[in-house]
Amino acid sequence: MSERVNKEADQKEAGTVTGIYREFEAWQVNTGGSTIHAKRMPGFFRTVKNYTQSLWLLFFLVPYLRWNGKQAILFDIANRQFHFFNLTILPQDIWMLSLLLLLLAMALFAVTSVASRVWCGYFCFQTSWTDWYTWIEDKVEGPPHARRKLDAAPWSLEKIGKKAVKHFIWMVIALLTGISFSIWFVDAFDYWNMLLHFRLPLVGWVVLTAFFLGTYILAGLLREQVCMWLCPYARIQGVMTDSQTILPAYDFVRGEPRGKLHRKAAGEWAAQGGDCIDCYQCVQVCPTGVDIRDGQQLGCITCGLCLDACDSIMDKVGKPRGLIRYASLDELEGKPVKKMYQHPRTLVYLGIILLAFGGIVYGLTHLGSMTLKVIPERQPLFVRMSDGSIQNKYEFKVLNKTGKDLFVTVTAEGGVKDQVIIGAEKPLLTHHGRGTSFTIFVKAPGENIRREVTPIEFRIQSVEDPLIAAEYETRFNGPKP
Amino acid sequence: MSEKHDVSGVPTTGHVWDDDLADFTNQPPRWWMLGLTASALFCVVYFLYYPSIPFAATGGFFKGIGGWTAIKEMEADKSEVDAVRGKFEARLKDMTPAAILADNELSEYVKRSGKVLFGDNCAACHGQNGAGTRDKEGLFAPILNDDDWLYGGKIDNIHETIAGGRQGMMGAHKDTLKEAQIADVAKYVKAMSDEGKDKADADPAVAAGKKVFMESDCTACHGQDAKGMQAMGSTNLTDKIWRFDGSVEGIKRTIAYGVNSGDPQARVAVMPSFKKAGKLSDAEIKKLAVYVYKFGGGQADAPAAPAAEAATPAAK
Repeated sequence: MSERVNKEADQKEAGTVTGIYREFEAWQVNTGGSTIHAKRMPGFFRTVKNYTQSLWLLFFLVPYLRWNGKQAILFDIANRQFHFFNLTILPQDIWMLSLLLLLLAMALFAVTSVASRVWCGYFCFQTSWTDWYTWIEDKVEGPPHARRKLDAAPWSLEKIGKKAVKHFIWMVIALLTGISFSIWFVDAFDYWNMLLHFRLPLVGWVVLTAFFLGTYILAGLLREQVCMWLCPYARIQGVMTDSQTILPAYDFVRGEPRGKLHRKAAGEWAAQGGDCIDCYQCVQVCPTGVDIRDGQQLGCITCGLCLDACDSIMDKVGKPRGLIRYASLDELEGKPVKKMYQHPRTLVYLGIILLAFGGIVYGLTHLGSMTLKVIPERQPLFVRMSDGSIQNKYEFKVLNKTGKDLFVTVTAEGGVKDQVIIGAEKPLLTHHGRGTSFTIFVKAPGENIRREVTPIEFRIQSVEDPLIAAEYETRFNGPKP
Repeated sequence: MSEKHDVSGVPTTGHVWDDDLADFTNQPPRWWMLGLTASALFCVVYFLYYPSIPFAATGGFFKGIGGWTAIKEMEADKSEVDAVRGKFEARLKDMTPAAILADNELSEYVKRSGKVLFGDNCAACHGQNGAGTRDKEGLFAPILNDDDWLYGGKIDNIHETIAGGRQGMMGAHKDTLKEAQIADVAKYVKAMSDEGKDKADADPAVAAGKKVFMESDCTACHGQDAKGMQAMGSTNLTDKIWRFDGSVEGIKRTIAYGVNSGDPQARVAVMPSFKKAGKLSDAEIKKLAVYVYKFGGGQADAPAAPAAEAATPAAK
């Protein structure tokens, strides 16, 4: 009966206000109109977050790590090398980087499908830097209510002083961030030296300024607006969860109907119905200012801080913890909860992760210390010499990945009977850390050539260490016999 | 009517149609307006800084306050390239071709930077990478990457050839030799190339040709051993490489009408002097000599006879 009334009402409204307008009306959009001053409360997830975010200390400190007199981890762009302790990876091995990116992307997907936006809540640099910035704000300007008051107050010496201190510390952090980013790509101590003497190259200043401004603006001023409106990953991750994903959720079955506590008798309190006493603590601690009780939403970075807040309140009112807890939608709706291995999507992600990982392990164990590429001359394919023999010209490109210059010998397998290698009578020098190229001729008696194209495999071998060697298979071209 | 839409507190334009449709008067966000203004300012500055307004009346144009021209930019780019090449060019300027060749770094530089020089000046006749070009009469200009050299394959020979040019010469024999004699000697010459001189000498089928070869003026230029003389550019007849058409008919024609002999049917083989032409500097000619040497046919200055020529041992 009531359904029909609603329908009639809907029809009446059709053409005036449609559903989307009603939704729009109810939609609370956080467009950063007012700054969110989140309360900081201690708790389990706060502690976890502190630990996970402190992983970013590595970002600041690792570049100073030395190894054999060189920076241990260095993405040396100028020399196109990546140093990782003893390992040096040259651009030729960059395919491993794509596997690494694949692995990281899949790890992100897998974690998101299991436990929602773990990256956003606990690891993301935006979350971390914003957290530190607001912590400083909290220390300098006081707790949220004091901050709101300060924001509203007219400008005074005290206000100017507090704001100046805060922005100064923010800028110091922003500057350190820019410097720390840069020194992953150039030697850390060289960089500081150049910086302190104001002798950075232009690109250095540009990067430093970009990261300084970026950090200051994104973490200091834009904060949660980045997660809601700028970050593509936030949106991607949001759609990778499903009803089996566990995420911080409000147990509406237990909590509703919510209502303020009422004093029943001295010292005794009674809720109106559900366990939620509508204390808004979960909203006040939220760094993005969402109300988790509205259900899963775009603004929720699943940081778990509302769980801490709610648990502390539940303890106070003598109710069991977990009104807001990590739970899947299925669990909350009373549907049967599937086991992890029944979640095919996660298994597919895991499979891709293993493949990528295997590829990287293979790559790292098969790096080799020398690579060879041989390019046969194409114009002309071969030259007929005055004695009737046929000569081919080859461009050798040798990459010596060891730490020192090496002399190599050139030999060939296959090819034509009685062929002679010209141009490698003496061992040839290959420079370390960069490519060396030289020209090699192979001359073979014309009567021994049986085919237009004869396979030939070149091998170069270090004179000092026969284990350092590389092969390349190519072709010896001749006239039609 | 418009109040009905005032759900979010945003005013409407007041214009209402179809009973209830109205427009919000949403001001674009401030950052957007700032961006728009900044873009407009950028356009104005760009317009003033760079050449922009043509003057139809005078045929000129507003040159822009920045003084930018494409030529200037090109010159700047070019000086960057010159700076890199400069240190090599300065060194090789005063060196002999042989010294450049002996210097690993410089010869590598020439090998990489000589491509354009060769392509612009030599490839038209000698082909890309010296592979030779052909016309309807056969090879138009000699192949440069084999080891057969009319005028010598040592670095100084090559340099001399490029600088001074070459002009092949072989007299026409249609008046001094009978047609049958020309045919005989052509067969003998072909046999020397195909089978080697020793076998050809012993072959009774070409004995008549041999007799003509030894008794007429052939040996004057090509030598008793038929290996030619590089000093005068007479070709080696015993190897497998033919400057002109190597078939019996082709050889007959070369013998009958000669090379550059003035006869309209004569073979033409002229290389201009690049020094006289004045187009190339001394340094460029040196670079080209090294570049050509490195094609694979260059012959070292060592006293030992080049391996290729020794391949068919000459034993009289």
